[in-house]
Amino acid sequence: MREIQLSLNKTQKIRLQRALEKLESLSSKVNSHASVTIADSIPVSYEDGVLKGHGTLDFNGEVISTVCGVVERVNKLVYVRTLRAKYKPEVGDIIVGRVSEVAQKRWRLDINYSQDAVLMLSSMNLPDGIQRRRTALDELNMRSIFEEDDVICAEVRGFQHDGLHLQARSQKYGKLERGQLLTVPPYLVKRRKQHFHHLEQYGVDLILGCNGFIWVGEHVEARDDMVGDQEKKPEWQNTKSQKNSMSLEDQERTYTPIETRQNICRIANAIRVLSTLGFNITAELITETVNLSSSLNLDIHQMLGSEFCVLVAEGEAERRSLTKGRG
Amino acid sequence: MEYVSPEGLRLDGRRPMEMRQIRAEIGAVAKADGSAVFEMGNTKVISAVYGPREVQNWSQQISDKALVRCEYSMANFSTGDRMRKPKGDRRSTEISLVIRQTMEACIMTHLMPRSQIDIFVQVLQADGGTRSACINAATLALADAGIPLQDLVTSCSAGYLNSTPLLDLNYVEDSAGGPDVTVGFLPKLDKVTLLQMDSKLSLDLFENVMQLAIEGCKAVANYIREILLENTKQLEYRRGL
Repeated sequence: MREIQLSLNKTQKIRLQRALEKLESLSSKVNSHASVTIADSIPVSYEDGVLKGHGTLDFNGEVISTVCGVVERVNKLVYVRTLRAKYKPEVGDIIVGRVSEVAQKRWRLDINYSQDAVLMLSSMNLPDGIQRRRTALDELNMRSIFEEDDVICAEVRGFQHDGLHLQARSQKYGKLERGQLLTVPPYLVKRRKQHFHHLEQYGVDLILGCNGFIWVGEHVEARDDMVGDQEKKPEWQNTKSQKNSMSLEDQERTYTPIETRQNICRIANAIRVLSTLGFNITAELITETVNLSSSLNLDIHQMLGSEFCVLVAEGEAERRSLTKGRG
Repeated sequence: MEYVSPEGLRLDGRRPMEMRQIRAEIGAVAKADGSAVFEMGNTKVISAVYGPREVQNWSQQISDKALVRCEYSMANFSTGDRMRKPKGDRRSTEISLVIRQTMEACIMTHLMPRSQIDIFVQVLQADGGTRSACINAATLALADAGIPLQDLVTSCSAGYLNSTPLLDLNYVEDSAGGPDVTVGFLPKLDKVTLLQMDSKLSLDLFENVMQLAIEGCKAVANYIREILLENTKQLEYRRGL
């Protein structure tokens, strides 16, 4: 069993155990999932004919599982949904990735998939916003757009012969600055309608990437490239050369206030605790955890301690039993 | 020296057909995609699996399959006398190759083309049967990482001392110079993927000893299945809806 890697004293162990047992009893009442492990036989009714999906194998006429996970059935399709595996991309997913390489007419991003994803230069809006054919000069200036180790938000475009392709043609995609990138197991982030969250009371942007990369950063207003064409153009050209010699006003403008930075750290720690405990990560749960920590007047670093971890587990057990009672 | 007493007890008090106590734990290495600690008696082994991920050496990329790499090493403090060279010596290279071939036969590599799977196994305490413990630990780690496998690979060793087939030899029995048969077995498919032997054994006795080792593998397989099932159930109910 995966143990939580924290040093808990005796009472904390007992409290955590009790909270987890409560969660277990709730889930077994709500739904009887069929958990299987490798080489387990999956019970299938053979009269209808069955489509063997991911994670299954045909052996001597019976369907056996090739991974550890939960059996899902959709009409005639039977597949095994894995839990802690790598990210499984689907077209239209919002993902956050880190640039690992600048190659010919493309960037390669690390997105917790079995290969690096590819973001073509043509799938990226040019800084001046004009729609035109990418020239050799654009290719040479790729580094002024994204460099190695930059964090980028993009959308999955599809699978091509050379791998997974992304696109970042909208204003909400692009380079992410002034914040933290966190890694959680992908199965904790569910596919929802909204992946971009703006937490107004903290002034923080939260992006829950479907691949398990979560971005927590200072809120940035969505710029409208079409309108501010003329002012924008000299800006990006000058950014690289004048980076070191910014005027005092520029520096003041780009300074993140300490409170925002503390909020960012608090939210990041809340996500870390939820990921350690293995709970689904949603914006509501994150804000609840942050509220819990501020109401207890905990220091930011204490959020990663054992006491807070046990409190969050107990709080979640409470919350789930209440929702179950209501629903 | 007497390895089996007249009453039928071995040096550590076991019966000839009795295995040592097994213990396994999943998730020991937090940063790895999958990891496990496996103990067989006093032999303790930790394994970590990274992958499937982008191939680091582009020239080694295989267009239709995943590349499987394996590294076996022994910690300096794992044996009685402190080890001088934990990796890169002949024995470690041989065991790395053996583990890689065993696991590669079982991983469904065609589902993950152009990627790489790294298996690292390290022996923390060596008391005989390190090869078997490493294979069992690697299976657990691969299952934890969500990599599709055709079947669980389990391994166990058996020997023949004082005219008795013995299951799961420890270090003292292994150093006695008698035959030591290591078997890697797929329980569901009922197939042997690894068969190695030290020293000599006549054919009719070999049959017995190999069967004994296969029985040991089946027992290990049952335990591993239980551990994995428990782990999966726990992850699922914690996650919630």
